[in-house]
Amino acid sequence: MKQKVVIGIVLLMVVAIISCEDDNSIEFARYYSSGSLIYQGHCQNCHGAHGEGLNALIPPLTDSTFIKENLHQLSCLVKNGLKGKLKVSNKIFEGQMPAVDLAPIEIAQALTYVANSFGNKLGTINVDRVNSDLIKCP
Amino acid sequence: MKTLLGITLVLAVFGSCKSNNGGNTLPFYGNRTPVTKTVNGQTVTDTIYQTIPPFKFVNQYGDSITEKNLGGKIYVADFFFTSCPSICPVMQRNMLNVYNAFKADPNIKILSFTIDPKYDSVKVLKKYADKLGVSGNSWWFLQGKKDTTYKLAEKNYLIAVSQDNTAPGGYVHQGYFVLVDKEKRVRGAYDGTQPEQVNQLIADIKTLKAEPAPAPGQ
Repeated sequence: MKQKVVIGIVLLMVVAIISCEDDNSIEFARYYSSGSLIYQGHCQNCHGAHGEGLNALIPPLTDSTFIKENLHQLSCLVKNGLKGKLKVSNKIFEGQMPAVDLAPIEIAQALTYVANSFGNKLGTINVDRVNSDLIKCP
Repeated sequence: MKTLLGITLVLAVFGSCKSNNGGNTLPFYGNRTPVTKTVNGQTVTDTIYQTIPPFKFVNQYGDSITEKNLGGKIYVADFFFTSCPSICPVMQRNMLNVYNAFKADPNIKILSFTIDPKYDSVKVLKKYADKLGVSGNSWWFLQGKKDTTYKLAEKNYLIAVSQDNTAPGGYVHQGYFVLVDKEKRVRGAYDGTQPEQVNQLIADIKTLKAEPAPAPGQ
């Protein structure tokens, strides 16, 4: 009897985990596909279809260490733009990135796309995370 | 014997086909004026196509560039500014393909005219060219008077440019690449933001290169 209960509980847990994972992957797919469109409309002109940037003018998005280490700053960077020197892929970039007028959910989708393309693999950047990052913008 | 004759015939047909295909020509853009003149007592009507008028700009090395530097050369012109946040990066990314395709050919040039000459000084243009990875003399970044540049863009390269402080970066302009032939006539306009159109431009430059030289005295 006891054994049956344990098996039942374990089974339930397995089902719960699987469905949870499923929810997560559906959320990820939604963010990622919307993000791909936002990227095309707002980011691709400068950063390129493959995140390659433009020689020494525009930084690439393929430096996965940079993306990972600066993940929490990226929301502010998109929202407010950036001016000054920036070291990406061992190269110094200077110049200006314009502020991009996007809603937090759109920033989350675009960042999810970038953070999971061009050699990056950081999972979903959801809107709650973007909102909490945006509060801390300098 | 019969076979030989057959082969010769086939070859002759193919040969004539080939020379016919060589007549792939590009259109002429802009106004055209018919000119009637009398040659040997006969009235002849000729067409004068619109050409790019003389100009004087300064390139990224501080050298003066006039129409004389482009005599007998094919070139591609576009209008941009270095601080452009919208379509310029994608235009220059595509123009780099044109540059890389023809940088070894001294008779093919690229001219990028800045529409923001106040900010885009010679120094700024040189830095921009360096960062883009452009060296040598096949791609010139040109600075001149704002009025002259705008007039040249609209009247001669048939591109709309204007200052608008509400537009991203403060200017509105079209991302066209304009192809000019050895005789300063506009022969093509391509959307510089579309890689497929830029590939067509590269193909059309090759067509223009193959065009016979103009008869002397024309």
